[in-house]
Amino acid sequence: MAALAAVRRCRVLLHGAVKSSFRGSPSQPRSYSAGRLSVQERIERKRQAALVGGGQKRIDAQHGRGKLTARERVALLLDPDSFVEYDAFVEHRCSDFGMEADHNKFPGDSVVTGQGRINGRLVYVFSQDFTVFGGSLSGAHAQKICKIMDQAMLVGAPVIGLNDSGGARIQEGVESLAGYADIFLRNVMASGVVPQISLIMGPCAGGAVYSPALTDFTFMVKDTSYLFITGPDVVKSVTNEDVTQEELGGAKTHTAVSGVAHKAFENDIDALLNLREFFNFLPLSNKDPSPVTECHDPSDRLVPGLDTLVPLESTKAYDMLDVIHSIVDERDFFEIMPNYAKNIVVGFARMNGRTVGIVGNQPKVASGESKAPIRYQHLISKLYYCCLDINSSVKGARFVRFCDAFNVPIITFVDVPGFLPGTAQEYGGIIRHGAKLLYAFAEATVPKITIITRKAYGGAYDVMSSKHLRGDVNYAWPSAEVAVMGAKGAVQIIFRGKNNQADAEAEYVEKFANPFPAAVRGFVDDIVVPSTTRRRICRDLEVLATKKQTNPWKKHANVPL
Amino acid sequence: YLIDHAAFRSRCCIIVSRAQYSTVYDHNEKVMKTCKKMGIKTVAVHSDVDANAVHVKMADEAVCVGPAPTSKSYLNMDAIMNAIRQTGAQAVHPGYGFLSENKEFAKRLAAEGVSFIGPDTHAIQAMGDKIESKLIAKAAKVNTIPGFDGVVKDADEAVRIANEIGYPVMIKASAGGGGKGMRIAWNDEETREGFRFSSQEAASSFGDDRLLIEKFIDNPRHIEIQVLADKHGNALWLNERECSIQRRNQKVVEEAPSTFLDPETRRAMGEQAVSLAKAVNYSSAGTVEFLVDSRKNFYFLEMNTRLQVEHPITECITGLDLVQQMIRIAKGFPLQHTQAEIPINGWAIESRVYAEDPYKSFGLPSIGRLSQYQEPLNLHNVRVDSGIEEGSDISIYYDPMISKLVTYGATRAEALKKMEDALDNYVIRGVTHNIPLLREIIVHPRFISGDISTKFLPEVYPEGFKGHQLTATGRKELLATAASLFVAAQLRAQKFLGDLRVSNTQQERRSWELCVELEKGVHMLGVSRSGATYTVEIDGDKLEVSSDWNLASPLLTVTLNGIHRTLQCLSRNAAGEISLQYLGTTFKLRVLSKLAAALSVHMPEKVPEDTSSILRSPMPGTVVAVSVKAGDTVAEGQEICVIEAMKMQNSMTAAKTAKVRSVHCKPGETVGEGDLLVELE
Repeated sequence: MAALAAVRRCRVLLHGAVKSSFRGSPSQPRSYSAGRLSVQERIERKRQAALVGGGQKRIDAQHGRGKLTARERVALLLDPDSFVEYDAFVEHRCSDFGMEADHNKFPGDSVVTGQGRINGRLVYVFSQDFTVFGGSLSGAHAQKICKIMDQAMLVGAPVIGLNDSGGARIQEGVESLAGYADIFLRNVMASGVVPQISLIMGPCAGGAVYSPALTDFTFMVKDTSYLFITGPDVVKSVTNEDVTQEELGGAKTHTAVSGVAHKAFENDIDALLNLREFFNFLPLSNKDPSPVTECHDPSDRLVPGLDTLVPLESTKAYDMLDVIHSIVDERDFFEIMPNYAKNIVVGFARMNGRTVGIVGNQPKVASGESKAPIRYQHLISKLYYCCLDINSSVKGARFVRFCDAFNVPIITFVDVPGFLPGTAQEYGGIIRHGAKLLYAFAEATVPKITIITRKAYGGAYDVMSSKHLRGDVNYAWPSAEVAVMGAKGAVQIIFRGKNNQADAEAEYVEKFANPFPAAVRGFVDDIVVPSTTRRRICRDLEVLATKKQTNPWKKHANVPL
Repeated sequence: YLIDHAAFRSRCCIIVSRAQYSTVYDHNEKVMKTCKKMGIKTVAVHSDVDANAVHVKMADEAVCVGPAPTSKSYLNMDAIMNAIRQTGAQAVHPGYGFLSENKEFAKRLAAEGVSFIGPDTHAIQAMGDKIESKLIAKAAKVNTIPGFDGVVKDADEAVRIANEIGYPVMIKASAGGGGKGMRIAWNDEETREGFRFSSQEAASSFGDDRLLIEKFIDNPRHIEIQVLADKHGNALWLNERECSIQRRNQKVVEEAPSTFLDPETRRAMGEQAVSLAKAVNYSSAGTVEFLVDSRKNFYFLEMNTRLQVEHPITECITGLDLVQQMIRIAKGFPLQHTQAEIPINGWAIESRVYAEDPYKSFGLPSIGRLSQYQEPLNLHNVRVDSGIEEGSDISIYYDPMISKLVTYGATRAEALKKMEDALDNYVIRGVTHNIPLLREIIVHPRFISGDISTKFLPEVYPEGFKGHQLTATGRKELLATAASLFVAAQLRAQKFLGDLRVSNTQQERRSWELCVELEKGVHMLGVSRSGATYTVEIDGDKLEVSSDWNLASPLLTVTLNGIHRTLQCLSRNAAGEISLQYLGTTFKLRVLSKLAAALSVHMPEKVPEDTSSILRSPMPGTVVAVSVKAGDTVAEGQEICVIEAMKMQNSMTAAKTAKVRSVHCKPGETVGEGDLLVELE
């Protein structure tokens, strides 16, 4: 009972808080001639109307669905009292189908836009309002979004979109479509200039999906958000497939199967609070350096556990996340796409306070089709653990390109026995997709530090931020093996037809299954004791902070899409 | 160690057979430290999975004796004998468990002319056999347990014997030490079940399937006497150890001396122990275990012919290094001390820190990798004997002991206070551990007053251990710490170093209104800051919380209204969830701004899974037997399958009467904690 009362108490308080934070005008209206509402009163009235969106009934319905309103979301996302709203007075301009009627006009229309601060740093935000025409996109709605995007690019600050929209405003016809295209164009223009983040907090269907798809990161809310080109009904009529909204385009589908979304959160509050945390990792624009925050974790901390982490048997698995967690500041790692292509791990962390992008092969997870990680995989030895495959290449490539675009140094942990063989991969175009990762690492000019923890075999060795692709500092742990392939395969080729395979294998292992062949050629800069890795990386990043490197002039590069 | 030093310079090599507690825990480090002090070179033997273990690194040489299962490595005599030959070792210290009490092993060593640091074969044989040992004890005028009887061939015979003795009876493997394989039966049916389990365990752990059934003494204390005897017929008793705090007949907390013994009883027990040692011509260190009833009657239980896990507390109060004494004795030196020279100086407590979940039957094994590990060695009068370090893997193959934590003080109260501090400062991450239970035991009024028995745990926690129960003050301390930590993290998140292109125009906040959830209670808190001190208002009370607010350290040392406390922050996330270890127990809190808390009423409830129809493995282990198949109807409490982990067999039973929908495991399979075993309809 006490708990409930407490919650009720703060609910009441909240209403006061939200109102006051959006009220901008002086409270004393000037009086005009009688019989006519004063302008001041009209301003006040419109502002009040803008605050309640589609009205209390629709707000209750929105809450009933387990979703917050557009304004509540903005209030949670931004620092208290920091939101500066634009275009609260904008209304749609449609005059067909009775839309011109007063009761069909809502100040601000179906989106809330403006700028504010997250932990003191500037961000532009739009938040679609499902309570107004289901958040549908009118010309005015699109125009509001475009306005803040344009300004974000002028100023150099990220854009966060909180998507909750039924789709196009059908009554407006082509105007709505034009609106989408205007946004798409800005998404593309802003790409690589300011970070763009989409948080899908409700439906997002049809053409609307392409805006999140063009942004740098797409996050979703579990159970209450959907992304698809066409809904279950259309799917049924066209392909005769029976599929639910959740199966077709829910958070699970997009974070584990399609790879469209980068992460999913439990509910609106969880998502918005996590987004604040995530935002702290990002630079404001491509002109800003990777942010540095106050750090309590000593940069020269040794990590003794790493000395015993890599198993002696080269086929045994270990968890690359253990490596990452123990090396980065405060074990704080914001993993991107944790449930998709788990054989590669990517995400943001900090080293001595500075944001870095981490890419690591994951020996714990099998490549290819296998999804569910089996417990006790360390008991089973499998050949193709942590191979690069189509999905992991694409996942890694996109992440590396984001880091490069926004000056975030890249730290790569390598344990890769090669690219995944098989018809499924070849027919799927592993050549084309694997090239993306190679391309991304090669083109990147940010500081690149690479640590080979164990295997670096074949072409995959080249790909994973090798010295040859302009890696700035490349380390090998004593357990590293840099070779064209594993001993068994190599011996079958080198000593074809010879009898004593075991001896040959031993000879090969002696020669190649160690870091020396790479070290004597200078392909790794040093062989380091694993426990000193954190110290080394922090020191190197300090030095590389002033790195300047440019690629040859080009209109734009031609990445193998 | 002057004399010893000279005596052992002779390039004597010691093979230390891997102890029972293998990967997880080992005394071997202790043995090696002593050897090093004495100038003796050491060789460690290890299994495949232990190649990186601490004892292997500490040794001068190491030899791998086989794969992980103990029967193929640490119990593999041939491999160990080979290792001895290969390294030219002159002596073997057997550690504890495994081959330490194996007479065959001692014989083979003798045949090779290698000394065995421990008693001779005859004594091991005599005391290793529960039945023979009792006969000898009787003859030596040592009090023995009434109703004692013999070897058992089948379940029917077990029932007949049990009835002769009268219930309750205790069943265990003849060759097993401690509580391994021990079961208590109150009726015929339980006797049959106990017979089946004990004989299986006896076969798998000791390779000797003889069993023992004897009268079970209700409500006893477990008190043991440490003895030391040389090869010249001299023997000493080094006082007692009280080991009554047990779970499933395995010791959890031990202390020396016991609060219960008066000098007369102590002397009587000591003298009987010594006379038993002399009766078997015992040499080396040994332990005579007694059960002591409430009237201070004591009964001989068994004699352990090896160094025991809990020996450090005896070392603490007597000042003797038992390993050093064992090595001296093995070399034929006479005892250095007389009985009158054995003191009781101060008080020592030992807590066995296990990798296990204390909320399940006071401790079911857990596994994992120690992602962070920090022993409380910064504290004075704290000793930690462990075989692991940060990064060690705790596997399913061996006993789950992490370390033995010993604290010492001039008085018992001092030693206990030190234990509280030590447990609070002990950082273990990556595996579930029993510190919550240990921390509660040592502050329990019954324990503090010395009112304990081997039934302490089930009596004090009849519903199972539920963790520390917060007092009103404790709750406030916890809430205030969580809220302050939350604010400290929020403030730091705004501290960007270097030049901000777009400047921050906001004023730094000085006060916060927060909503903190703890154990389903919701509290509104006001927090205000001045420097590193936060003033937290909870329900009209004000708490001052100060700390250095180091957000990277696993330890969180705070001063709460002037009281110093060490908490641990186990996790903290963006959604405001904070796990704090407070007084040993982990509490989950959620801190939200008032706004977020108010809005959270709209968040949908996620439906948890129905657990009554699903049987999940409570721990990682191996499936030994599956007793049902899909379509069978099972009764509530009926055995569904048996999981073996860390040498313990655990019977999994149905939570309700239902039909079996599907079976997801088969014998021989390895399962993880939480893995689905069987689904009921």
